[in-house]
Amino acid sequence: MPALAGPFEDSVAKFANDEFSDTEAAIGEVAASGNALASPIISALQDGRLSADPDSKKVFITQADGKIVDAATGAAVDKLPDNAAAVRLNNRLRRTVEAALGGLTLLSPDPAKRLAAAQSVFKSHEENLLPTVEGALAKESVKSIKQAFAEARAAIILFKSDASDSDKLDAVAVVKARGDQEALALLTGLGDQPPVVAKAAAAAVTSIQSNLAMWSMVQNAWYGLSLGSVLLLAAIGLAITFGVMGVINMAHGEMVMLGAYTTFVVQEVIRTRYPALFDYSLLIAVPLAFLVAGFIGVLIERTIIRFLYGRPLETLLATWGLSLVLQQAVRTAFGPTNREVGNPSWMSGAFELGQITITYNRLWILCFTLAVFAILLAMLRYTALGLEMRAVTQNRRMAASMGIATSRVDALTFGLGSGIAGIAGVALSQIDNVSPNLGQSYIIDSFMVVVFGGVGNLWGTLVGAFTLGIANKFLEPVAGAVLGKIAILVLIILFIQKRPRGLFALKGWAVEA
Amino acid sequence: MTPHILTRSLDRAATAFVLIVAAVGVLIPLSNLLLPQGSMFQVPTYLVALWGKYVCYAILALAIDLIWGYCGILSLGHGAFFALGGYAMGMYLMRQIGSRGVYGNPVLPDFMVFLNWDKLPWYWYGFDKFWFAALMVLLVPGLLAFCFGWLAFRSRVTGVYLSIITQAMTYALLLGFFRNDFGFGGNNGLTDFKDILGFNVQAEGTRAVLFLLSCLALIVAFLICRAIVTSKLGKVLIAVRDAESRTRFLGYRVESYKLFVFTLSACMAGVAGALYVPQVGIINPSEFAPGNSIEAVIWVAVGGRGTLVGAALGAVVVNYAKTFFTSGPLAPYWLFMLGALFILVTLLLPKGIVGTFNSWWEPIRARRNSPDAESAAREDGVGAPNPAE
Repeated sequence: MPALAGPFEDSVAKFANDEFSDTEAAIGEVAASGNALASPIISALQDGRLSADPDSKKVFITQADGKIVDAATGAAVDKLPDNAAAVRLNNRLRRTVEAALGGLTLLSPDPAKRLAAAQSVFKSHEENLLPTVEGALAKESVKSIKQAFAEARAAIILFKSDASDSDKLDAVAVVKARGDQEALALLTGLGDQPPVVAKAAAAAVTSIQSNLAMWSMVQNAWYGLSLGSVLLLAAIGLAITFGVMGVINMAHGEMVMLGAYTTFVVQEVIRTRYPALFDYSLLIAVPLAFLVAGFIGVLIERTIIRFLYGRPLETLLATWGLSLVLQQAVRTAFGPTNREVGNPSWMSGAFELGQITITYNRLWILCFTLAVFAILLAMLRYTALGLEMRAVTQNRRMAASMGIATSRVDALTFGLGSGIAGIAGVALSQIDNVSPNLGQSYIIDSFMVVVFGGVGNLWGTLVGAFTLGIANKFLEPVAGAVLGKIAILVLIILFIQKRPRGLFALKGWAVEA
Repeated sequence: MTPHILTRSLDRAATAFVLIVAAVGVLIPLSNLLLPQGSMFQVPTYLVALWGKYVCYAILALAIDLIWGYCGILSLGHGAFFALGGYAMGMYLMRQIGSRGVYGNPVLPDFMVFLNWDKLPWYWYGFDKFWFAALMVLLVPGLLAFCFGWLAFRSRVTGVYLSIITQAMTYALLLGFFRNDFGFGGNNGLTDFKDILGFNVQAEGTRAVLFLLSCLALIVAFLICRAIVTSKLGKVLIAVRDAESRTRFLGYRVESYKLFVFTLSACMAGVAGALYVPQVGIINPSEFAPGNSIEAVIWVAVGGRGTLVGAALGAVVVNYAKTFFTSGPLAPYWLFMLGALFILVTLLLPKGIVGTFNSWWEPIRARRNSPDAESAAREDGVGAPNPAE
């Protein structure tokens, strides 16, 4: 037997003994060695490319390209010795090999791979990886990965039968601090444990569960806020036309759709002419959509709606007809199928906040909605047009007597409401399908928001939108998406019975007019 | 008493309407059954079914005109009552299929077998009997309308608010009926009907009788509406339409009047739906779509709200136009036309066809028989509503 230099070579030589127990020991020692050859050796073992010569105790790797190297030294070899045979594995050993490979990536120079390996060890809690994990933990410098290693180590210790109680209690604390679904799964699947540990684990499970329930509430609240912002965006223009002017605009959804199609056209032009500007496409689309929808709104007011003031039911029918015409026009121009509107880079992706994931597009839409709302409020409060609009709302005749050109204010107000619907379309194109039917799916919801919040009151619309959004998302897990929506509709119908003029009703005789 | 009310309520136009509908109801089936196929005057079977559909729509339009034209309640959810009546009839027809379904289950309809249901849901019990289904055709829409109206009118939800919540009602039903676990066939609805009262639904004779029955129902519905609007009750309804608060101050219980017509109108819509389903051969959730209800309102507007005859006429005219245009090369433009119809009728023809005709004809008639001028003027009060509310 030739004298071999060093422990790694000794470990490798054990593969040549043709004993399963020796092979297992060799796998563990090689994997823990940190040697650069460890990973090729074990993957070769897994693929049946590792051969050993029982006489010389030398082990060889047949590489994927057919070249042969000495496993212990990495030196190239011309050919396998005649009596070399593949190192055999049984099922138990194959699992060990897999775990060892997983363990080896724990030492990978790539941080992402290390993190993934740590996560997978946390799930598999393979006992013989403990030394590797501990080694990696000691060496690790990145804080988040170090944390992952500590959790992986804790998971192994919890399942290690001979670990001391105090070690296990520490481990429970570490897993509890992790606090997610996987930690919960790990702790509930512990099996037999000393009473102290079992008790600590049970306490940890309760704490994690209540923590998770809290996070799921937060998650629902976030979804609700997000839905509420979408509802608010769609309804805010309606709040102006319906609330301020008393005009039922059933074509409001189509204004939203026109805004979405404006975004599509802008992106098409950018894609074909100036691809570098793609990230700015939405910034360009917002004012354009406002102008397009606002212009069409003024046109509608001048040609149709102004003849129907004081006849709300007729206005409703005429604007419904208008919505059919607009839908069909868009269908003729752009085709009946969904058109692709892309997310700019700053709107795609997501980030983690505690246990929940927040996507950037939803977050931006929430911010955008609030910004639009604030601008609109400021406009109504501080500009001359806003003042005139409020005057006309409160008392049309008196406003006219004071020299306000009410018909001009009407046209501009309607244009403003439609324009805001247009920019709502830009935002909705980011999260919904851009098709000729886009508007229809929002029209009933928007009316519900406005009626629920109270007509003629923007704050009511804000509160109404977020209330409905959040209520919807909290009902959804209980009742399912469709039943939740039905329940909301029924609740609103019942609510209107209680407060026929909505949450925040305008008061005074002007309401009756 | 009843005959007196009926005869009193019939003026010349109403009598003409009843006679025409009766004649159509008899002549079309007769020509279909008796004349040889290919003859110039023979009405093909598919046309009998198509016109049967129009007649059902006319009943629905009458129902809408009764509440909108005479009481000022614009319901955007009447399609829901129509569809509920249709579903009640559809459930009866489903139970009649028995073991002739694809899966051959004697009790469960095919879609339930397909969904692995092992027994009939409780709300399907009784629908194997015709009298029960017929009762439900009236009761289900009537009850829903009663509850809905009771809540809405009592708290004085009026005008567009009412329109919007009726729309929400039909939308909620649409969402519900689309679900498979609701037990009404989900997306596909109820179809593949075989028998009605032991007669094959596809047979020419059955179709002819169904057509005749639809015309009869239209006449009965018309007579009921006519009796109501010419009675004292009708005068109160018109008062509610034109000045609700004033009527209330005069001591009338406005909500009770509204509730009564609303419920009656829903029952009529239910009957229309029940007659519609065996002739069309299918009922599915899309009947609940808010768009359908609004379309039904435009039929009334086209014909002339507050004229009854106009509502029925409008339903037939608009639907005939729809069939004509959507089956030809002009199909892509139909929605443009329908949309334009909505806009133009409300802008240019607020009284509808019949209302406009009346306002043009009445002065001439009044001049022609001047001794009768007084009575003509009285008729006017029941005629087209003042479009300004």
